[in-house]
Amino acid sequence: MQFISTVLLDGLVYASYLFIVSLGLTITFGVMKILNVAHGSFYAWGAYLASISIIYLGENEYNSFLYYFSIFLAAIIVGIIFGYIIEKFILRKMYGEDIHLIVLATFGIFWILEDLILIVFGVDPLMPYYPAMELGGLEVAGVYQGVYSLTLAGLATFVAFVCWYFLNKTKWGKLLQSVIFDREVSVSMGIDVTKVYLITFIIGGMLGALGGAYVAPTISVSPGFAIDVVVMSFAVVVIGGMGSVPGALIGSLIVGMLRAFAVHQAPVLELFIIYAVMAIVLIVKPQGLFAPPKPRKI
Amino acid sequence: MFKGILKDQSVQLSIGFVLILLIFGSFILPEWMSNNFMYGLSRGLAVLGLMILWRTNLVSFGHALYYGFGAYAVAMCQKYFGITDIFLRFFIAVAAAGLLGFALGFILRKYREIFFAMLSLAFSMVLYGLLAKAEFLGSTDGMSISPSSIFGYELGRFGLFYFISFFVICAIIFAQAYLRSSLGHLTTAISDNEIRVEYLGYSVEKAIHIKYVISACLAGGAGGLMAASLGQVDPDSMVLWSVSGELVFVTIMSGLGNILAPFMGAVLFEFIRTYAFELAPQAWQMIIGGTLLGIIFFSPGGLWSLFQKFNILRKKNDDT
Repeated sequence: MQFISTVLLDGLVYASYLFIVSLGLTITFGVMKILNVAHGSFYAWGAYLASISIIYLGENEYNSFLYYFSIFLAAIIVGIIFGYIIEKFILRKMYGEDIHLIVLATFGIFWILEDLILIVFGVDPLMPYYPAMELGGLEVAGVYQGVYSLTLAGLATFVAFVCWYFLNKTKWGKLLQSVIFDREVSVSMGIDVTKVYLITFIIGGMLGALGGAYVAPTISVSPGFAIDVVVMSFAVVVIGGMGSVPGALIGSLIVGMLRAFAVHQAPVLELFIIYAVMAIVLIVKPQGLFAPPKPRKI
Repeated sequence: MFKGILKDQSVQLSIGFVLILLIFGSFILPEWMSNNFMYGLSRGLAVLGLMILWRTNLVSFGHALYYGFGAYAVAMCQKYFGITDIFLRFFIAVAAAGLLGFALGFILRKYREIFFAMLSLAFSMVLYGLLAKAEFLGSTDGMSISPSSIFGYELGRFGLFYFISFFVICAIIFAQAYLRSSLGHLTTAISDNEIRVEYLGYSVEKAIHIKYVISACLAGGAGGLMAASLGQVDPDSMVLWSVSGELVFVTIMSGLGNILAPFMGAVLFEFIRTYAFELAPQAWQMIIGGTLLGIIFFSPGGLWSLFQKFNILRKKNDDT
């Protein structure tokens, strides 16, 4: 019994942050039809920026409310600055090109931003544990869990709800959906697709950065730690269906639970099982489990 | 298939290029440079494999699967059977990767575009997941490879270089023979219009499958040679997705124009990396990433297109 609740809780926490990161990736893919390898850099930058501000706040014993404020601020800053620069000066010139070239370009950006981290933040690992320590732990269903990790699940639920509301209930969300459905018709209807792309990319980047920034207090933030997250969020997005929001939710739950199960039961299979599922989904249902239906175009 | 292959301009150029590297590397230039030549030529084999696939508009973001599989096949055979013979090593690496490619080809030959890229990525990460966690496979530390031998005599640094050059020349001749055959000519036809190719009476899936196996063999051979020349295999530098990305990068940098391009590109890549590392140890990835962006923006046809642009090499046999 205790084993089951351990796996479920660990899986939930892990799935929550994977969901936040993958949501950014899948939105970017859905709207712009690009696979963004540099999404991992948003994650890493968010984590680093949040870490240094949390460490600064923690050492000077500021109000703990500021921790959370700085986490969100870090995500927003990273999303706006890098999202704007990357979309406006690199990706915008490449729309309509071979999709592989665009993936390669984002790969180049990933390399550049990885080293920028080394230059700006140095090579020493950062441990911004203050918020996690402050909230302490809690016994849930016979298992000891950090409260901070559990708030991650709350954040993921919140993000999922906001995303659903935005897409389905607001004017902007409807514009976005029409661009996803058919770019050309949207342009002819007078939607400023260039602007939609820019804002989508920035929001996607913010979500990636938020995932990194919020998870930073529970891990040690060191160079190269984003490299696993890139391909892990690819797996989530592929399993759920590229461009699908509910797909990202289900995909991250599947990956999170599988990993938690493997970690506790058969650590050797930790990575294997995730990618095996990714491969199986691609073989059985290449569009992913929750791919949005494709309109037939003439 | 091999008739008149030595009169082919591309083959002559490539052999000339390899021989020049061999002569300069072994007599004139310092040792670290000849090491770079060796790594470049080995990696060039994998890039050649990617180039052959790319001509059909299939881009594999998981070719490190075969690269690493070849390398680990060499490592395993040394661990369990004590095989260090360079011929056997190369043969084992090629055969192991070829068999794996043959098996996975049944699935992958149905996939195109981003799905092909994603599925190959998934396969390569499955292997990475196994290698990085399994204790008896060396986990993240990998395994060390003892120096190669030939008929029981140990090969020195340069001996290995000669044999790598020899294997590379063989691979070039074979690959060019394939590209000149009617099966190879289907390459561009398939990327233009698959349905028309089917109407001509060829099986597109079969043609892609054969191409995939050849590509896997080349990447496996590259991994085997790389393992022999580095003396070390480990999952992070052999199988991780960023290695696949690196290989794709070298392919786009070299260009798809000619069979010689991958080897020039791969050697150039080694030098860019060495110099970038020397110039800025903290920022060498940045330099490589910048190079990649520069190539995509200013010369999307790769280095080879620059040659063609400035008419340095007139195209004589443009069919290949």
